[in-house]
Formats: sequence, C-alpha cells, structure tokens
Amino acid sequence: MSDEDDEIILKDLDDTQLVEQMQDDLYDGLADEVVEGTQILLDRGWDANAVLTDALVEGMRIVGVDFRDGILFVPEVLQCASAMKGGMSLLRPILANTENSAGLGTYVIGTVKGDIHDIGKNLVGMMLEGAGFEVIDLGINNPVENYLEAIDKHQPAILGMSALLTTTMPYMGVVIEELDKRGILKELPVMVGGAPVNQEFSDAINAHTYGRDAAMTAELAKAIVGKNR
Amino acid sequence: MTNTSHKTLIIACGALAKEILFLKKMLGDAGRSIDLQCLPADYHNTPRKIIPGLEKVIAERGCHYDRILIGYGDCGTGGHLDAFVAKNNLELLPGAHCYAFFAGLDEFDALMEEELGSFFLTDYLVKFFDTLIIKGMGVDKHPDLKDIYFANYKRVVYLAQTEDLELQKQAKAAAQTLELDYEYKFIGYGMLADAMDTLALREPAYV
Repeated sequence: MSDEDDEIILKDLDDTQLVEQMQDDLYDGLADEVVEGTQILLDRGWDANAVLTDALVEGMRIVGVDFRDGILFVPEVLQCASAMKGGMSLLRPILANTENSAGLGTYVIGTVKGDIHDIGKNLVGMMLEGAGFEVIDLGINNPVENYLEAIDKHQPAILGMSALLTTTMPYMGVVIEELDKRGILKELPVMVGGAPVNQEFSDAINAHTYGRDAAMTAELAKAIVGKNR
Repeated sequence: MTNTSHKTLIIACGALAKEILFLKKMLGDAGRSIDLQCLPADYHNTPRKIIPGLEKVIAERGCHYDRILIGYGDCGTGGHLDAFVAKNNLELLPGAHCYAFFAGLDEFDALMEEELGSFFLTDYLVKFFDTLIIKGMGVDKHPDLKDIYFANYKRVVYLAQTEDLELQKQAKAAAQTLELDYEYKFIGYGMLADAMDTLALREPAYV
C-alpha cells in the first residue's frame, strides 16, 4: 500500500479521533499537522482552552513521560515543542481575549547566574503557559537581583529557577536564602528544576517543590495554586 | 596464583582513549600497570547511560585490579557520578567535563568568566564534531535545532591537546557551521596527565 493511501485526512476524523491524532502528530513533531488539527477543532466550535488542554498539553505530557523514561531524547522533544508552539500560535490570541486565560496567576521563571542553558526552562515555560499561568521569563544568567526585581514588579504566584550544571545549581540556594532573609520565602513558593537537580537537592536548599520535568512542573504548579484538575 | 597487585584499571569515556593511551606510553614501564577500558563516547549526549556502563565493566573486570580510576568529569550526570564513585571507593577526574580537566580548573573558570557563552571542543570533539554534535544532537535532520541549542553561545573555544593544523582547520569550520566566533588555545593534557602520573607513582589502594 502506498503512503498516499495511508494518509490521514484530519478533517474526516471525529473529535475524539482528531484529538488522539493531534497528540500522535505532536509526538512525531509534525507542526503543520498540529496547526491544522488545532484550526479544525476551533472551526468545530471547541473552546480554545479545551483544545490546549486536551490536545496539546496532554500530548506534551506524554512526550514528557517518554523523555523521562529514555524513550525520547532532546532533539525529538524539541521537535514536539515546536509542534506545540505551532498550535499555541493559533490559540494564544484567542486565550488572551478570554476571561479564563492566565487564570492561575503569574509564574516568574529564569535560569540562574552563570548558566546559559534554557532549553528545559523554555519547555517548562511553554507547559506552564498551556496550564494557564502568565509566564514571565527572565531568560538566562540571572543574579538574585533579577529575581527580586521581577518578584517586586509582577507579584508572582510562584517563582521557578532552572540550572543545567552542577556548578551553577547551588546558586538556587543563594537566591532562596536571600528570599528568606527578606521574608519573601514564606509567602512565595519556589520551584526548582534542571537536569542535575533532584529531590534531595531541592530539600537541602529549602525549595518548596522540585519539578522533575516540564509536564510534571506544570502539574505541580497547578497544585500549588490549588487548581488541579 | 597470579599476582595482580599494583594494577590499575581506567574506565573512561571513549573520547579520552587516544589521549590516555598516549599518556600511558609516555609513562614507560610505570604505565604498564595501567589498563584502559572505554565506554562509548556518545554517552556524552546520553549521560544517564554512563553509570550503568561503569557498573557493568566493574562487575566484569573490577576484581582483577586494586585501583580503578573513572575517566570522566561529572559529564552531565548531575552529581550522580560523584556519589557512585564515593560509594564504590573509586577515583574520579576533577571538573565538570573533559575540557575542564584538560584546561585545568582555574584556566577553565577564567575562560568561562571571560565569556559565559563558550562552547568547548577538544581534539576528539573536533574530529567527531559531525558525528557527536551535528548528527548526535539531531541537527542534520532538523537544522532549526542549531539555533535552539546554540542561541546563547558566542564562541567556540578549541582547547587543543595536540598542535595539529588540520584539526585547527576543522575546528574553525565547526565554529562557522555554528555561526560562532572562534578561538584556539593549545593546552595539552592538563590534569589528565597529572592524574596518570599520580596513578603510576602511587602505592596500591585496594578497591
């Protein structure tokens, strides 16, 4: 049978099949197909939040699990993320005009001082946005002053810090200590994550929560603000 | 019974094989008590495979040696390699990556201080740039990944173990591929040579 015969026509699928197909397409990093599926669901009258949650975020959750289990690697995950971004580019303007967008509050996130790695952080940011947070991304190489300034300016519900290196992750502890000194820590949950970070380290530096991967971080963040599905 | 005392096994990243064999040869008679077993160099991109790989080699060969040196830095294991080494009474090279112990930790810190966005190459990484970086990180299939991976880098720093004009040419080409500035520093074998010297001179420490 030729590939042409196997081609799936997205608009011919019913809603359930289409959502499953979009999750598969997202898993395979097929951005054009994910965008097309997103548009079809919107045309069928789906709420933008439902498209985001059921098709895109759920698709990325599956990707996150397989990344954690060593089935998918960074290049594949980034292709998946690009596909999700494609779908989100259609949804973002709609969500921005609806009441329930960013309903979970603001999440300030940044890579710590001395570290320029941001791939994981960007994935987390995307999943948080998908979950309903307004994400303020401070970028890379952030000294404690940047976090303090952003907290003051944006009054976030949660602060997230990321590091890829064993040499830079201790700086998360420096930031947390400073927040504690200023009396901010008791009011502001701090999440930490990144390849070398683990639960023991998170506990040792007095972080509120350790986010193992992007999907889990979004779930835990929702739990922190009391909005678990 | 065969006398196996004073024998050292180095279990190293394949990216260090040539350098370790060269240093072993330089040690002459003292180097004969050192054996080398390498794990695949592409574990650089999949660090979670390093510790299981080490465990397998130690289970198979460890009993024949009175000392084992792990020829890795932290290499992306997030400190797990440190814990593994401590738990099993092994020895580990210092630093986060091979380029750190080749350069020496102070020199490496200075390079990072000078430009945080430095992407380091060694002789091995230059030779296998296409295999490990371009193909290994999926850039050959998805060229757009290059910008995602390297957006925050400013320069390629080739920390050379040997003075090789052909490798310098390749390193410069690699920098051009990544659209980054290029710098060259000849640093030799640095702390890897120190570690090998120490191994050859020391009394055995039973593992």
